Amino acid sequence: MTSLILSAATRLILPLMMLFSVFLLLRGHNDPGGGFVGGLVAAAAFALYAIAYGVDRAREAIRIGTIPLIGIGLLLAFLSGMVPLFGNRPFLTAVWTNLSLPIIGRVNTVLVFDTGVYLVVVGVTLTVIFAMAEADIEEDEED
Amino acid sequence: MDMLLVLPIVIPFSMGIICIATWGQRQLHRLIALAGTSSLLLIASLLLLTVQQDGPISTEVGNWPAPFGIVIVADLFSAIMVMMAALMGFCVVLFSFGSIDPQRERFGYYPSILFLLMGVCGAFLTGDLFNLYVWFEVMLISSFVLLGMGGERAQLEGAIKYFALNLLISAFFLSAVGILYAITGALNMADLSLKLQTVKQPELVPVVAVLFLVAFGIKAAAFPFFFWLPASYHVPPVAVTTLFSGLMTKVGVYAMIRVFTLLFTQQVGYTHGLILVIAGFTMVTGVLGAMAQYDFRRLLSFHIISQIGYLLMGLGLYTVTSLAGTIFFMVHVIIAKSALFLVSGIAQRVGGTYDLKKLGSFYRGYPLLAVLFVLPAFSLAGIPPLSGFWAKLVLIRAGLETDQYLIVLVALVVSVLTLYSMTKIWAEAFWKDSPTYHEADIEQAVEAIPRRDYRLMLLPLVLLASLTLLIGLIAEPVMNLALEAAAQLRNPDLYLQAVLGNGVRP
Repeated sequence: MTSLILSAATRLILPLMMLFSVFLLLRGHNDPGGGFVGGLVAAAAFALYAIAYGVDRAREAIRIGTIPLIGIGLLLAFLSGMVPLFGNRPFLTAVWTNLSLPIIGRVNTVLVFDTGVYLVVVGVTLTVIFAMAEADIEEDEED
Repeated sequence: MDMLLVLPIVIPFSMGIICIATWGQRQLHRLIALAGTSSLLLIASLLLLTVQQDGPISTEVGNWPAPFGIVIVADLFSAIMVMMAALMGFCVVLFSFGSIDPQRERFGYYPSILFLLMGVCGAFLTGDLFNLYVWFEVMLISSFVLLGMGGERAQLEGAIKYFALNLLISAFFLSAVGILYAITGALNMADLSLKLQTVKQPELVPVVAVLFLVAFGIKAAAFPFFFWLPASYHVPPVAVTTLFSGLMTKVGVYAMIRVFTLLFTQQVGYTHGLILVIAGFTMVTGVLGAMAQYDFRRLLSFHIISQIGYLLMGLGLYTVTSLAGTIFFMVHVIIAKSALFLVSGIAQRVGGTYDLKKLGSFYRGYPLLAVLFVLPAFSLAGIPPLSGFWAKLVLIRAGLETDQYLIVLVALVVSVLTLYSMTKIWAEAFWKDSPTYHEADIEQAVEAIPRRDYRLMLLPLVLLASLTLLIGLIAEPVMNLALEAAAQLRNPDLYLQAVLGNGVRP
């Protein structure tokens, strides 16, 4: 039951939504936004893709599995907390460098933490959505 | 110093993360779990040594200064508890290698255990009341997964009861924290301890104290909130039951001890008197419940409750000796009770059931298991020279010193009844002839277990059983440690200094 309108629209909307989610992630430090909402928007984008093209195609589009995605996200957040320990400062202290990059601004551990949150949210949400969508398909096949 | 304090949380966390990133790889997960728990054990002993030498230490997470930021703090009691958590984690992971089915291992059994350990260590180490709540939740989520994993009918039934009760705890806990924050404007426990002495509405303090008592009482399975424990603890695999019995209720008791030595010490006669009454009823109902049981694990589950009573008795008496007794008892009961659960697991693997009426002949068919049962069982009943004897001796002496003869009498009677229960297991599972099989069948069943699995199951049991004997034989260093930890609890100046620094009020 693929709809031409939906799949054509998805092809347009998906990149926009991904771009918007990254925008939210980067904006989050001082303005409304951040890893959590950014992650939700990205997850919504992939959920839309799954509705338009099926769960299998969506899984392929993400390339790595959704559960390892959670792992990588947690790892990033965790490592950002470990960095200050090596400078003899307490766990999770924000570390800011003077190195400045375009768009991102000064390189810091807060953004790494937020990116971790972003990936965890994408991973968790999609794990749930895909599992539910696949359970539906199984039931349909049984009928 | 900062590193050492966060490592007990960070190690299981990072290992759990690696497990998630490598989802579904059984062998790798086993390796990671072993590495995680053994390094946790190492770090926990290092932490214990450091705290013993330097006194309580603390670190401010994220470099936000106390009392506004969250502090991680270890006094001697915390360090001892982290040590016990690490020991339990290590033993249970070893036992799991030999006993957990590949299906569970593939579906995230080891990461759940690691995250559970992280939650437990976090709860033992945090110096912030709200953060304690968060660690409770971390623990709960992992324990739900461990309890429900496998999806057998009985398991889900047990998990639902457990889940419902724990949501209730969270609600109580959170409201209590909320009210406390409204009265004092503080969440840091050291800060609260000072502010509660000069609070504007002192009449609200006992109300909050009782709310905490209820929340932690449910968690610790104290009277009259114990009913969820025997309804849910016998359903998961025995390795999980062991971990739960060793750690989950003890976290409740830990939180209670922390709160009622640091925060609510204004009206000791009321609050600690109440705890003493609860302690007495908990002991009696637990042990009476156990008498009616003929399921190996259910019987032991009721005994968890009865032992919780002894732990609370030490808190209720509220002297240095009695608190030391509680700490010693905590160490003893975690070790002895876990050993008994592991025995029940092996007996089930060999005999095919947890039903004591159907089991039997183990004494002649499997004498090694009989020895490994007798040590922790006698220890639990309080027979010298095992660890339980010293634990009970100190508690009873503390009771006599404070003229609380009634609770002493209850403790002694319950001790005898515990011995009766242990004798029942002995008579049913070990002594009598089984109605369903012969002793030769037992030998065969033992032979039939793959050698590697068999050794992995026996190793943690031997370790725990010899520990309970060892602590009994050289009780003095352990007792001194407990006394020192109790002194820090009874007079929390060192704790306050570690958290708030030297410049802060007396």
